[in-house]
Amino acid sequence: MSELMSDRAIDRSKMQVSDEVAIEITNMNKWYGSFHVLRDINLTVNQGERIVIAGPSGSGKSTLIRCLNALEEHQQGKIVVDGTELSNDLKNIDKIRSEVGMVFQHFNLFPHLTILENCTLAPIWVRKTPKKEAEERAMHFLEKVKIPEQAHKYPGMLSGGQQQRVAIARSLCMMPRIMLFDEPTSALDPEMIKEVLDTMIELAEEGMTMLCVTHEMGFARQVANRVIFMDAGQIVEQNEPEEFFNNPKSDRTKLFLSQILGH
Amino acid sequence: MSDIGFVRTEMLPEKDPPASEVGVIGWVRHNLFSSWLNAILTVLSIGAIYYVLSGVLPWIFQSVWNADSLSECREIMKGTWESTHGHACWGVIRERWLQLLFGFYPNHLYWRPILALVLLLAALSPILFSDKVSSKMLILTTAYPFIMPFLMWGGTIWGPVCAALGFVIGFLIIKHAAAAIGELWAMIAGVVAALIWWFILAGPVAGALSSVLPIGIEAVQSRQFGGFMLAIMLGVVAIGVSLPIGIVLALGRQSDLIIVKYICVGFIEFIRGVPLITLLFVASLLLNIFLPPGTNFDIILRVMIMMTLFSAAYMAEVIRGGLAALPRGQYEGADSLGLNYWQAQRLIIMPQALKISIPGIVSTFIGIFKDTTLVSIIGLFDVIGLASAIRADTAWNGIYWELFAFIAVLFFVVCFSMSRYSMYLERKLKTDHR
Repeated sequence: MSELMSDRAIDRSKMQVSDEVAIEITNMNKWYGSFHVLRDINLTVNQGERIVIAGPSGSGKSTLIRCLNALEEHQQGKIVVDGTELSNDLKNIDKIRSEVGMVFQHFNLFPHLTILENCTLAPIWVRKTPKKEAEERAMHFLEKVKIPEQAHKYPGMLSGGQQQRVAIARSLCMMPRIMLFDEPTSALDPEMIKEVLDTMIELAEEGMTMLCVTHEMGFARQVANRVIFMDAGQIVEQNEPEEFFNNPKSDRTKLFLSQILGH
Repeated sequence: MSDIGFVRTEMLPEKDPPASEVGVIGWVRHNLFSSWLNAILTVLSIGAIYYVLSGVLPWIFQSVWNADSLSECREIMKGTWESTHGHACWGVIRERWLQLLFGFYPNHLYWRPILALVLLLAALSPILFSDKVSSKMLILTTAYPFIMPFLMWGGTIWGPVCAALGFVIGFLIIKHAAAAIGELWAMIAGVVAALIWWFILAGPVAGALSSVLPIGIEAVQSRQFGGFMLAIMLGVVAIGVSLPIGIVLALGRQSDLIIVKYICVGFIEFIRGVPLITLLFVASLLLNIFLPPGTNFDIILRVMIMMTLFSAAYMAEVIRGGLAALPRGQYEGADSLGLNYWQAQRLIIMPQALKISIPGIVSTFIGIFKDTTLVSIIGLFDVIGLASAIRADTAWNGIYWELFAFIAVLFFVVCFSMSRYSMYLERKLKTDHR
């Protein structure tokens, strides 16, 4: 898998982790009915960190990052995102959501709006940005993900990879401080995975704080500064990528890595 | 084995298709005579079409227009074709078409419903053809609900003006009080103020104004309304008001607020579980028993309310279907960008849910429009009621087909237009290449 990225040298000059805390999760628990999905999660993410969360399906990794912008509700513990505590207060939730960008497995673009309108909608309605300025910013980010020429098409006319890049641009238009990626390449054809990963690498190079749930271990090796392994709703192991891949400590991690890298 | 390697160096040019695949012959072969069974069905269908048309066309076209009664019609038919069978007597339509269209509306005031219809089309144009008509026309659309009753019922102009003022008062309070007491309380205060205005103050104020400044046109009583005009009035109101109510009910039914949810469910299930005709009887008979004596609550208004509620319940279920068809990801996409509930509903969810529901919504529209004919049963003279009245006239006693054919054409034109418009809209809103 790592060969996907081998043609590109990564510029690490701006990839610096600061001391400022971006996300702090303490003793967080979540249940679906009586099923305990997330157990005693403690995690601190600093500004500028690039974290990859891996684990078998059903381990709760998607649920974890979906808790960070309150798409899922947690029942116990404390989540502080960018200085704001996630509570039932809708004002706080909307504030956090506008500061935290999210990219989904199935893109979730709005099919009835053009690419440009997809990108300008939230800045105009949530941030109250003037339309012209929002459009200029949208074009800037669409150029960055290399599809400015598609701006006036509808999502249904684009390939999967292009749609996912639009989804990234749409999130960036809100000028988020943190980006969450929920299996961004899992629904893509193999030849389109690279273009999306390249976009994500560029984002990392600019120093964005990123949390990615992904099975792209090549990406984890090259871009992440920390890999978190989850199983059965718990954080089983976390380490720097080199150590994580070459010298896993727990048996669960070893088994998982042998399954995912073995073929 | 021998060498199996092969590389094509020249691409073959395209050949013309055989004659059996293209042109008239190709089309006929493919579509009408592609197999023995198909050929037999084609011949049988052509025979059936010929049989029907050979009966209907002479009935329509070998007909009598200039007659003032059915017996006169029959004499002319005997004189011309030696038989009264198989010929239409359109004399009844020629004599009574104005009545079928306008009911007992005063003849010299026909310009008012006609103007109301023209304004209706103008008011609808910015909504129906938003890409072709300037949005400035929306001013007319906003004013139309007050212009229409004024034109149709006449009387003092201050009634509709005071009704409109209620909306203005509510709107101003919501807009300006929001900063001081929060959006929710401002909304409640606005609605309460508007209700107080309408039910307590508007009547006396309108009365005072009209005695000071009597501006108005000749009043027309509700019992003079009728004909196809009544169907259009009831249909337009029921359609126009039921769509927004239906949207609110559909959202309410999905709401997390348990009381709101069950009120909506209860309303929808009750209205859908009861025949429209019973609701109309409630409107015409029972409501008078419950209302305080001396209240003048117009019968047409009562029927409008019942038809609107009936249509809204169906609308809510159709829209709920559209909401259910939306992937969860759309809600999450909207949420993750920080849009609040109402923004997400208005900008993301509803445009898509309504688009999915267009066929169902238009079916409901067409259904409620045709159901307006049920008001003939509670004694309003819509087209069906008038047809019975005309047949009761000694001159036209015994005539059926011509009247109902005319009514059918009237309804067909309107319903077919709605159906075509919905197909146009679906094509226009299509944004993918599938």
